[in-house]
Amino acid sequence: MLEIKDLHVSVDGNEILKGINLSVGTGEVHAIMGPNGSGKSTLSYILSGKDGYDVTAGSVTYEGKDLLEMETDERACEGIFLAFQYPVEIPGVNNTYFLKAAVNAKRKYQGLEELDAMGFMKLMKEKMPIVEMKQDLLTRSVNVGFSGGEKKRNEIFQMAVLEPKLALLDETDSGLDIDALRIVANGVNSLRNEERSMVVVTHYQRLLDYIEPDFVHVLSDGKIIKSGDKSLALELEDKGYSWLDKSA
Amino acid sequence: MSQANQELHELAKKEYEHGFVTDIESDTLPPGLDEDTVRAISARKKEPQWMLDWRLEAFAKWQEMTPPKWPYLDLPEIDFQSISYYSAPKKPEDGPKSLDEVDPKLIETYNKLGIPLEEQKLLAGVTEATDVAVDAVFDSVSVKTTYSERLAEDGIIFCSLSEAIHDHPDLIKQYMASVVPVTDNFFAALNCAVFTDGSFVYIPKGVRCPMELSTYFRINAQNTGQFERTLIIAEEGSYVSYLEGCTAPQRDENQLHAAVVELVAMKDAEIKYSTVQNWYPGDETGKGGIYNFVTKRAECRGDNSKVSWTQVETGSAITWKYPSCVLKGDNSTGEFYSVALSSLSQQADTGTKMIHLGKNTSSTIVAKGVSAMKGQNAYRGLVHIGKSADGARNYTQCDSLLLGDTCGAHTFPYMEVKNPTAQVEHEATTSKIGDDQLFYCQQRGISEEDAVSMIVNGFCKEVFKELPMEFAVEAQKLLSVSLEGAVG
Ligand SMILES: Nc1ncnc2c1ncn2[C@@H]1O[C@H](COP(=O)(O)OP(=O)(O)OP(=O)(O)O)[C@@H](O)[C@H]1O
Ligand SMILES: [Mg+2]
Repeated sequence: MLEIKDLHVSVDGNEILKGINLSVGTGEVHAIMGPNGSGKSTLSYILSGKDGYDVTAGSVTYEGKDLLEMETDERACEGIFLAFQYPVEIPGVNNTYFLKAAVNAKRKYQGLEELDAMGFMKLMKEKMPIVEMKQDLLTRSVNVGFSGGEKKRNEIFQMAVLEPKLALLDETDSGLDIDALRIVANGVNSLRNEERSMVVVTHYQRLLDYIEPDFVHVLSDGKIIKSGDKSLALELEDKGYSWLDKSA
Repeated sequence: MSQANQELHELAKKEYEHGFVTDIESDTLPPGLDEDTVRAISARKKEPQWMLDWRLEAFAKWQEMTPPKWPYLDLPEIDFQSISYYSAPKKPEDGPKSLDEVDPKLIETYNKLGIPLEEQKLLAGVTEATDVAVDAVFDSVSVKTTYSERLAEDGIIFCSLSEAIHDHPDLIKQYMASVVPVTDNFFAALNCAVFTDGSFVYIPKGVRCPMELSTYFRINAQNTGQFERTLIIAEEGSYVSYLEGCTAPQRDENQLHAAVVELVAMKDAEIKYSTVQNWYPGDETGKGGIYNFVTKRAECRGDNSKVSWTQVETGSAITWKYPSCVLKGDNSTGEFYSVALSSLSQQADTGTKMIHLGKNTSSTIVAKGVSAMKGQNAYRGLVHIGKSADGARNYTQCDSLLLGDTCGAHTFPYMEVKNPTAQVEHEATTSKIGDDQLFYCQQRGISEEDAVSMIVNGFCKEVFKELPMEFAVEAQKLLSVSLEGAVG
């Protein structure tokens, strides 16, 4: 599904990713952990197509295609979804309207008929229980005045509605209270299936208690310094990253 | 486009059958401006002597005036002698025979705006469409305003100003220039001397106008100054909503447009005046756009009266426009909601004046400026609270949105508070369309162009919701089309 080879990425001349190799198979869940500033968000931005990042070497293949050649919106329509670490506010744009535009942009791309208001409402109703989405948040402007936790919940709601093939979740657990963490993480879990791959960025085991990863990678200073199964996360929780630095 | 317009079409068709259009001679005065020009205009319109005298007096005063210097505009020298001051509609046979003969770019824009075919023909001046004259100010001669019969049942007068001069001279003498005096400003004085036509609305006491009154304006002959005048009078306890403008772009050579709009609201009366304006803005270098100098002013003459201006401005090379309210009556209310878009090399200098004279008067100003490419947008607002205006209140909100690095936004709020009991509040923000916002939208599959128009429309929402429903939809579409290619 996703094949990252020796990826080097710079911002304003500073190299941030220094040779990433990662292979994500269909239906797999990969967790990426690592210290602050190690390049986790950068990786998710480069995969989803944010401007301002220079790929200086390496390649990314998504479903056999050169991902880096694709436009941002095209990648989204091809099934890549990023749940933002810091979701963006768009004043005056109704949250439901926004999501409907997104759904229909994708449907149009896929050659499907666009959903009308009724069809879309039905889809919303169907998806709302997944993250116990509050009606009130749907009628407000996109993320404007949402609490940190509400923003994160909104991201996963969007994911549920857009049904991506590859979901990149950047610290979806941060900012959620204990109950919300359970609800949102269970929501993500219920969206897990054999066709959908996920890359989950997190600092804490607590999320991985709900979303059990198939693989865990540790990103440090722009490189993956260790990969393992879910037990690696537990070990990290116990010993911290310095343990790896020493052993590396 | 709308049900009201359909009605208009039908009515207009009827007018044509009655032979109204045929008695208009197609003629254009040669360029130049002197007393004889003023006489010639008046004569062509078969005006009474008092009207001609009034024009000549205004012309004499105008000659002593100079154009304003202070707007935040790069104003080209206008040669008033090179302009023709009167032009009747072209004869149908001079127009294009079919849409195939019309500039395809223009047609493309019409299509994007979703303007129906019949209406496109009309807007483009296609011969076969001339039997569907919407209530348009066709060049300078107003094609007879429609609806009239139905409105007459309520005693409402809705006609061209020329007709009103003939049929309702007392009302004209009483109210014309009673809100905007002849010598108010350079362009207003010029308008008084050479105004060609416009609309006249009179709502009698206690009448609620049963429909939105709308007028399409257009300019279609080259090098013809357009000098419209509109006068709306709402008697005690009456209500009217008036729509001005057209979302379809009007292409032309640089053209001077100096209109005057006067509104009078008596006791307990309310006037809602909405404008969607889209004169041709010119190309990227500003060449070919329209110069739009407009004096719009309302007087809340009676107690508890209310006037609300809502405008969406996307056209013109240069816009100079400050719809204002003079709040004379106690407890009267003035509102100004505005979206001004400057893209390409457009320059807009717009805003409002709220003059509080009566007690407990209140005013609200919500001004949204959007600048893109090399557009320059200036907001200029005056809030004046007079000595006698006890308990007056004003709230001003002024937001600017920038798309890119080559455009600009400027705000010039002026406050004159002469009464200590007044409450005046001013908020201003400037923001850039964030790369983060665009990325967020695009990451959800929305194209950059759609994302920009979504974000801009969101920014303008507070103003759009003041527009009558179908006008709001058109305004949104217009904004999206106007912004195409402005980013990226
Ligand atoms: N636009 C930028 N300009 C300069 N440096 C940048 C830019 N974006 C990211 N960086 C730097 O790149 C490094 C990696 O940032 P990134 O956001 O990917 O880290 P992260 O692993 O997601 O951290 P966290 O766990 O705190 O979210 C940081 O040192 C950051 O300061
Ligand atoms: Mg991060």
